[in-house]
Amino acid sequence: MGLEEETGGSAKDVPPTEQELSAEFDTTLQKYLRGEGADLEALKDKKLKGQLTVREKLYGNSAKAAAKFEKWLMPSEGGYLEAEGIEKTWRIKQDQITREVDILSSRNQYDIVLKDLGPYTLDFTPSGRYMATAGRKGHVAIVDMKSMELIREMQVKETVRDIVFLHNETFFAVAQKKYPYIYNRDGIELHCLKEHGAVSRLQFLKNHFLLATVNKFGQLRYQDVTTGGTVSMWKPTSAAPLVKMLCHHGPISALAFHPNGQLMATCGREKKIKIWDLRKFEVVQTIPGHHAKTLDFSQKGLLAAGTGSYAQVLGDFSGSQNYSRYMGHSIAKGYQIGKVSFRPYEDVLVMGHSMGWSSILIPGSGEPNFDTWVANPFETSKQRREKEIHTLLDKLPPETIMLDPSKIGTVRPYKKREKPTKEEMEAEKEAAVEAVKDIALKKKTKGRNKTSKRVMKRKVLIDKAKKPFIEKEMQEAGKLAGKRKLGEETELPASLKRFVRKKAAV
Amino acid sequence: MKVKVISRSTDEFTRERSQDLQRVFRNFDPKLRPQEKAVEYVRALNAAKLEKIFARPFIGAMDGHIDAISCMAKNPNFLKGIFSGSMDGDIRLWDIASRKTVCQFPGHQGAVRGLTASTDGSTLISCGTDCTVRIWSVPVAATLESDHASNKPIEANAVYVGKNAYWAVDHQWGGDLFATTGARVEIWNHNRSQPVNTFEWGTDTVISVRFNPGEPNLLATSASDRSIALYDLRMSTPARKLIMQTRTNSIAWNPMEPLNFTAANEDCSCYSYDARKLDEAKCVHKDHVSAVMDIDYSPTGREFVTGSYDRTVRIFPYNGGHSREIYHTKRMQRVFCVKFSSDASYIISGSDDTNLRLWKAKASEQMGVLLPREQKKHEYQEAVKNRYKHLPEVKRIVRHRHLPRPIYKAKELRRTVIDAEKKKEERRKAHSTPGSIVTESVRKRRIIREVE
Repeated sequence: MGLEEETGGSAKDVPPTEQELSAEFDTTLQKYLRGEGADLEALKDKKLKGQLTVREKLYGNSAKAAAKFEKWLMPSEGGYLEAEGIEKTWRIKQDQITREVDILSSRNQYDIVLKDLGPYTLDFTPSGRYMATAGRKGHVAIVDMKSMELIREMQVKETVRDIVFLHNETFFAVAQKKYPYIYNRDGIELHCLKEHGAVSRLQFLKNHFLLATVNKFGQLRYQDVTTGGTVSMWKPTSAAPLVKMLCHHGPISALAFHPNGQLMATCGREKKIKIWDLRKFEVVQTIPGHHAKTLDFSQKGLLAAGTGSYAQVLGDFSGSQNYSRYMGHSIAKGYQIGKVSFRPYEDVLVMGHSMGWSSILIPGSGEPNFDTWVANPFETSKQRREKEIHTLLDKLPPETIMLDPSKIGTVRPYKKREKPTKEEMEAEKEAAVEAVKDIALKKKTKGRNKTSKRVMKRKVLIDKAKKPFIEKEMQEAGKLAGKRKLGEETELPASLKRFVRKKAAV
Repeated sequence: MKVKVISRSTDEFTRERSQDLQRVFRNFDPKLRPQEKAVEYVRALNAAKLEKIFARPFIGAMDGHIDAISCMAKNPNFLKGIFSGSMDGDIRLWDIASRKTVCQFPGHQGAVRGLTASTDGSTLISCGTDCTVRIWSVPVAATLESDHASNKPIEANAVYVGKNAYWAVDHQWGGDLFATTGARVEIWNHNRSQPVNTFEWGTDTVISVRFNPGEPNLLATSASDRSIALYDLRMSTPARKLIMQTRTNSIAWNPMEPLNFTAANEDCSCYSYDARKLDEAKCVHKDHVSAVMDIDYSPTGREFVTGSYDRTVRIFPYNGGHSREIYHTKRMQRVFCVKFSSDASYIISGSDDTNLRLWKAKASEQMGVLLPREQKKHEYQEAVKNRYKHLPEVKRIVRHRHLPRPIYKAKELRRTVIDAEKKKEERRKAHSTPGSIVTESVRKRRIIREVE
């Protein structure tokens, strides 16, 4: 009787089966395992094999513990927006959302109108607590987003093109008309970075403490803010770009990176947004019909695109990197959106436009659970100071800026040295000759400095430098001749063989 | 429409009163930490450098003896004390914490060759080249209140005179028998003035003896005919003998794996054996450049310390071929005896220059009581350093040890000699029929034969 009642119950009340639970657990476990385990079968060293087996087991245990922690012990749940019936999520307006949501969150939806001081650009600290905004006409402000308090406001009396926070809210850099300046939280100008010149965009690498600036000629410079030394161009250890990609048929108007470091969204003059996979450097998806002057990815992978006075939010809900419309918002007509930026750890999108900035609610965009040791929105000043010291101790050297940062600590694959091609050999020879030519010969005195002797000496040096290459070439030629002879002998038909001159037996 | 937005109430995420601890929330998701490997690498580098900065292993020297120190003994019941005997017959009990002599045991006329304490720590047994075995009772009160008593001489309980000089003595673990060696191996009881049992195998002097910690009736001895012999007290004849190419100066049993022992040999290396299978060494530990004089295992059984004639003390892992640490001082001359303290934190070395030296087992360890937070930090630094210790920059720092010039030169010379021999062997092999020249494994090379 009892059994029948149970089976008669609605399908919704049945708890998920064990298989479903374990499948879900497996995906989170994969995430925490961070890749494949080592192949220990190929090892012959028994001691090393034993040690590595123990270590792999430990990794498995810690990944399981982390997966369980994620399942059961996280304090907050993520946001969501579900349309019911024939409703579509992208038709839902902000005031509808604000009505349904609690008061504290509804306060995050507002418009700030500042008519005089030009299009506003903005930047958040990594914890999402503080925002730095700058108007084109010189208005710079630091706002505490939790209490909506204005921390510091100043007028730099110059055109401001960009603003960015340094490692925490106490320092920020402003790209002004002639040079970028670094300011204190109290608005005191600390540094004027003269070598950078007139800069159009700024970015801060918080793990490396590097301020990257780019000017209108396309020159990229890195500045170490702890020591003050300028590092160099492009990647701090190479003067040429690492990767060059042709993305669009015209100039690119906006660019954004997914927080997992594997996806990139670009938008060009044609009305298409392309999503790229950065491991294979190919297009994953092309979203037609949108033109974006500014793009930004949220922590959960939602993509915001802003043009004119309309901001569009796209999300991939199937998990297979297929972005579709999620939400949209249009601000007052005539206002031009300059920059969209998601607020970290909150379901909020802030748009800086020509008449100030607006903040709207995008449920499901922010990461609900923060880690105190990574970024803490509730940081006290003591915690901030400690964190600053710890991040300074963990400051990464510029050499760690690489395409795939998880390669550190792995074994470099064994590359079989191929024979250098003819051009390479020629190039090497030229390089050797050039090097020899640069050597300065000692000027001899007392009648020993005859011109003919000097010329002879130089000639001898150049011949010496060329000698190993010529020897190698002759060796190669000899080997080739030997091979060819062998080939020739086997090709002849049997009847003609008696006419071939037989070499004397060696 | 169903909608929910992230909203965090401040009281949930901040502390209530100022006397509470700050609240810490964790999210272990790797996507919040995009450059975790690079950060870990930088931390490993810094941890390696810090370890080198804090590496100060030498704690202090205990001076008082007026002749070279020939032997030492640990007191199993009392952690703070150590006995030392010198070449002029002076035996002292030291308090390690204050590095002062607690009391003296005068009496021996010649060099003291062996010292051992009974398992309950109340009796000390010494033997020397004056053909005597002396039994002393350790004053318990003096050991407890080490600040009062100093240099108080104590009378021997008993003096047993023998026919030949004695070379070593060791006490049974958990029993009341002790063994002395000299011309032959003799088993004594505390009360009898004559040995209870005698073992003899060959005519050479037996120079060291050790009882097995796990099996109280088993003991190992080494003789000057380059052999290591195993004896069982329950049998009337000696059990097994292993003959090597060079003499073994000292033997130590692994306290955690009592079937294994390690022998400190004259050919600058230590050989670990499994007592059941003596035809092949389990591991060869090579790093010294001169004869290894003494060896002692850590109570954890995971590493052992050796003292050598080349004026250095090295710490080896129990299964590793090379030392993890080397200690040396300008003032320390030939090291004749070493002991690992019973809490696995300290090493005591006795040397030719009449001093006992106290060292830390882990050179950069912070001694004393650590807060749990400090301990966790040390453990983390150790773990992150071990994870990246194979990378070139970190490896260079971790491996770096300053060697005194004579040892550096001697090592280089040995390296050249070994490489040259190896190359010659390889060439001989390459130029002869395959299979005609067989290289012996390192573990078997120095063994001549095993005898029942």
